[in-house]
Amino acid sequence: MTALADRIAALKAALDTRVLVLDGAMGTVIQRYKLDEAGFRGKRFAAHPRDLKGNNDLLILSRPEIIGEIHRAYLEAGADIIETNTFSSTTIAQADYGCEALAYELNLEGAKIARAAADELTAKNPAKPRWVAGALGPTNRTASISPDVNDPGYRNVNFDQLVVAFSEQAEGLIDGGSDILLVETIIDTLNAKAALFAIDEVFEKKGVALPIMISGTITDQSGRILSGQTPEAFWHSIRHAKPLTIGLNCALGASQLRPYVAEISRAADTYVHAYPNAGLPNEFGEYDEMPETTAGHISAWAKDGLVNIVGGCCGTTPEHIAAVAKSVAGLKPRKLPKLPVAMKLSGLEPFKLAS
Amino acid sequence: MTEATTAVFVNIGERTNVTGSAKFKKLILAGDFEAALDVARQQVESGAQIIDINMDEAMLDSEAAMVKFLNLIASEPDISRVPIMIDSSKWSIIEAGLKCVQGKPIVNSISMKEGEEAFIAQAKKVKRYGAAVVVMAFDEKGQADTEDRKVEICTRSYKILTEQVGFAPEDIIFDPNIFAVATGIEEHNNYAIDFIEATRRIKTTLPHVHISGGVSNISFSFRGNEPVREAMHSVFLYHAIKAGMDMGIVNAGQLAVYADIPPELRERCEDVILNRRPDATDRLLEIAEQFKAGGGAKREADLSWRDQDVNKRLSHALVNGITDFIEQDTEEARLAAERPLHVIEGPLMDGMNVVGDLFGAGKMFLPQVVKSARVMKKSVAYLIPHIEKEKADNAAKGLIDSSKNAGKVLMATVKGDVHDIGKNIVGVVLQCNNYEVIDLGVMVPAAKILEAARTHNVDIIGLSGLITPSLEEMAYVASEMEREGFTTPLLIGGATTSKVHTAVKIAPGYSRATVYVPDASRAVGVAGQLMSAQTRDTYSAGIRADYDTMREAHARKNQVKKRQTIEKSRENKTKIDWAAAKPEKPRALGLMTFDDYDIAELTRTIDWTPFFQTWELAGQYPAILDDTIVGKTARGLYNDAQVMLQRLIGEKWLTAKAVVGFWAANSVGDDIEIYTDDTRSKVLTTIHTLRQQMPREEGARANHALADFIAPKDSGVADYLGAFAVTSGLGVEERAVAYVKEHDDYNSILLKALADRLAESFAERMHQRVRREFWGYAPQETLANDQLIAEAYRGIRPAPGYPACPDHTEKATLWTLLDAEKNTGVKLTESFAMWPAASVSGMYFAHPQAAYFGVGKIERDQVEDYAKRKGTSVAEMERWLAPNLNYDSRAAS
Repeated sequence: MTALADRIAALKAALDTRVLVLDGAMGTVIQRYKLDEAGFRGKRFAAHPRDLKGNNDLLILSRPEIIGEIHRAYLEAGADIIETNTFSSTTIAQADYGCEALAYELNLEGAKIARAAADELTAKNPAKPRWVAGALGPTNRTASISPDVNDPGYRNVNFDQLVVAFSEQAEGLIDGGSDILLVETIIDTLNAKAALFAIDEVFEKKGVALPIMISGTITDQSGRILSGQTPEAFWHSIRHAKPLTIGLNCALGASQLRPYVAEISRAADTYVHAYPNAGLPNEFGEYDEMPETTAGHISAWAKDGLVNIVGGCCGTTPEHIAAVAKSVAGLKPRKLPKLPVAMKLSGLEPFKLAS
Repeated sequence: MTEATTAVFVNIGERTNVTGSAKFKKLILAGDFEAALDVARQQVESGAQIIDINMDEAMLDSEAAMVKFLNLIASEPDISRVPIMIDSSKWSIIEAGLKCVQGKPIVNSISMKEGEEAFIAQAKKVKRYGAAVVVMAFDEKGQADTEDRKVEICTRSYKILTEQVGFAPEDIIFDPNIFAVATGIEEHNNYAIDFIEATRRIKTTLPHVHISGGVSNISFSFRGNEPVREAMHSVFLYHAIKAGMDMGIVNAGQLAVYADIPPELRERCEDVILNRRPDATDRLLEIAEQFKAGGGAKREADLSWRDQDVNKRLSHALVNGITDFIEQDTEEARLAAERPLHVIEGPLMDGMNVVGDLFGAGKMFLPQVVKSARVMKKSVAYLIPHIEKEKADNAAKGLIDSSKNAGKVLMATVKGDVHDIGKNIVGVVLQCNNYEVIDLGVMVPAAKILEAARTHNVDIIGLSGLITPSLEEMAYVASEMEREGFTTPLLIGGATTSKVHTAVKIAPGYSRATVYVPDASRAVGVAGQLMSAQTRDTYSAGIRADYDTMREAHARKNQVKKRQTIEKSRENKTKIDWAAAKPEKPRALGLMTFDDYDIAELTRTIDWTPFFQTWELAGQYPAILDDTIVGKTARGLYNDAQVMLQRLIGEKWLTAKAVVGFWAANSVGDDIEIYTDDTRSKVLTTIHTLRQQMPREEGARANHALADFIAPKDSGVADYLGAFAVTSGLGVEERAVAYVKEHDDYNSILLKALADRLAESFAERMHQRVRREFWGYAPQETLANDQLIAEAYRGIRPAPGYPACPDHTEKATLWTLLDAEKNTGVKLTESFAMWPAASVSGMYFAHPQAAYFGVGKIERDQVEDYAKRKGTSVAEMERWLAPNLNYDSRAAS
């Protein structure tokens, strides 16, 4: 077996014995470095024609030491899985900064930095292996929502364009040494389906198959993702990818997210993950939920058998992850439910026809 | 949160198919995608669970049309909530479609027509896009026509798909080809049987797959004769579904109800479909003409009213309950109006006034009014964002908005009670008349009612309830209002409430206006009187005087109503010759549970008359359907009910559960001892019954108690008692809430009313099975539905809280005996109402002399004895039996 195959086997074995911990927010911790425009540019992009402040992914190339440091901070806090800093590393999302040409390199190097940090910590304590999840974000465009209210049939991106962008991203992430591919913060299921389509093609081309984690985002208390699907309908839409986990992240805090995590947990016969924000932002747009509070909610999910992997999204820090890791240590992971066989279709709402 | 419903047979809408619908084709060719979307929307609204979209038309850029239409649908949540079937004979069009849908769709279709290689390539793609797939029974040699060919091709496809492609078998739908029968060509005669038998074999040999087909093909040779086609479709589906067909492209509106097909037509269709006799086609042709004339001709909806100006259109939509155009008309009216609020105060209120006048004049009936309200609510919901925006703008400019309504009414079903159909109807009628209704729902404690009344500063409080303990609770709410110094008028309504009860028990406790409202149509009048400054005081004074008179009359009448002592009543118990009686032993003692009873079976024994009463339509079913006054309304309501019944069965909205039990039992005095087993050595529990105490002449009728129908312990006769709890209400609440959220009270009330009917039907059906099978004392009994409703059978099933055993608290004993909460999911409230409300419980008595009776008013001597037998206080029993007391429990004894 290859090293990768060994790591995947170890991951699957770990999922059946304990609740695994994912890292927390990258952006929140990057803010602590208070980087200015020059700080983002580093040496390599000093002459780039457009503003780069805020292009967090670019730090992989301009300030790799910062990204490595943040990965290590999460690993030391107890994260089993760290996510690459590649949320926006597609040609589509990087277009805002004029950095399309860097997409493959960002993913490749982003995965390498995370790989090095994970391997370092695994070497220190082989009894607690660490894994790298290559992150694919939603891009800043949506294939099933029109950006123009007066022209509901219009789209500013289509499936084929998304497939091209995500293929490049997936290749970079795989080449850089990811153990898992994580399609995350899904606000439009059609974008996610394009990512999964791309991943399936790339897998076939490369003759590999990494476990896939798929993570939707419930944007408000309507309990639906932005493109209108209910959690169960969303599961039906992406179930064909046979993901290692399905779950939710971002937008809501743990207490608001709970009913939707529970819905997915009931409906899905695969592992379930969830990594919420540190509560809802206060009136200054800051997250002020204390690590113990976040951990309290999340450990309750684990105790109630809803989840297999937990972590944090916006506003969470290594302190939050340390609290979460402590709170779920020793808890039993969710058992996979045995569900009756049915054809599971969906529109915005789920539909089942018993087999 | 929406839970997926697991369907049993899926009806696929086919009106968004250019090859199947001339109208849709015309719209698409003309580029009128707006109107084409309406077709899709109507299809979903009328119950299609999946919509088939097909753009295969030579004159069209089909790929572009598919993409455009799917993108437009994605922006319409009313349509895109259901899965889509992407239908084309061209792979490129299918693939273009697959790139546009975020849900999990079905591809229709692929096959081995072009050989295995193309089939595998397409199947791989379908899998990668994440869709289910229809596979036609088609191979290199052609389309399969015989049973064996169908099975052979499907089996080969299945193997390739599951073994080589890795396709999930549950995502495979085989279409084994439905071809026309009765064409006059002998080789075609077996086509239906070929399909049905192939279906049966495929379902048994190829695990998890589904079977679909285009049903209308079967009747192709009867084009132009819709009634015969409908009958053929229905007969074909009846047999195909039994064989395992679980999906179909069927126009639900063009499907006869199997049981309703005239027997002669049904038999001849069956001969054709099942190929039962060589002259089947001729015999169907023989009678086909006579059915053609007999209706079924499609009526095109008369849309001439659309030519009127927008205010008239709104009025028309309101009066006729049409929601199809309401948003566009509202928008048009809004644009024409100075302020969005003017649309409500102008054309909408004008329209509702017409509705109100027609209703008041008895020219319109409740179901229509509730439909009108649905139109009103949808229109108002459309305007709300505009009104809010205007408010915000005005607030920004420092202006104060003063929108007015007729008044605020708070409504609640009181604590312990769960029944809300009547309350909801009154709420809708009040809203139609511009009242703001604050509905607190069911099981609302007095404190919450008072608190909400204060917070919202309401003008009127309305209390509702159905079960008898609610009467006491209403009196308590009234007394609390008095204690806390309320002045708000109080309205009382609900099935067990009455003018006399309100006058005697509630009004004296509250010094302000307290008015009994007998039905929804009176609610507006009463509220209007109470709201108007001119009439309020005289009206209240008039009511008070009326109630005072009634109270005195009641007191006088009561004095005359003498009761005899309980001893004397017991001497006159029901005379049954127990020495001659040989009670049958139930086939098994103990509990039997039913976890998911077939609701389709229950629809056959529905007693429809009370259903119409719920909607304040008077008359017996089925005569009411042809009634000269309410017939048209009743028929419309009945049709809506039938459509909803089909949906609620097809989509499995509700779950019906039951528990039935039988025990060895003997009576001891007025009690019934239930034993742990037939040795009768150990008492499991005791049922307490109440006895009539009206004075009886010597030799006249007996003073009954239910215990009389069970053999006395000292007779040495081994007797038995049964008990049951059934519900069809599991799932009602979620649906009803969803409807209300869509401003659709009509369907919400309709669903609850149907669930109630199903529960009654369930109780009746279960009783029948008890008599025939489970207890089995009348195995030969055969009664038609009307005889069942007339209870022309041996044995009774009285329920605690009803006249024969008015003590609701006995239900607690039944619940323990039956472990009913665990077995049926039905809970008892603190007033012993069953939740969900669509539930029925009771006891089974089998003796031929067992009959229903009313206990009526009882005396203190019995209440004291009863309390002692139950081990509770007299005061407690008096509280529960308040409506039955023949004395004033508050007066000193």
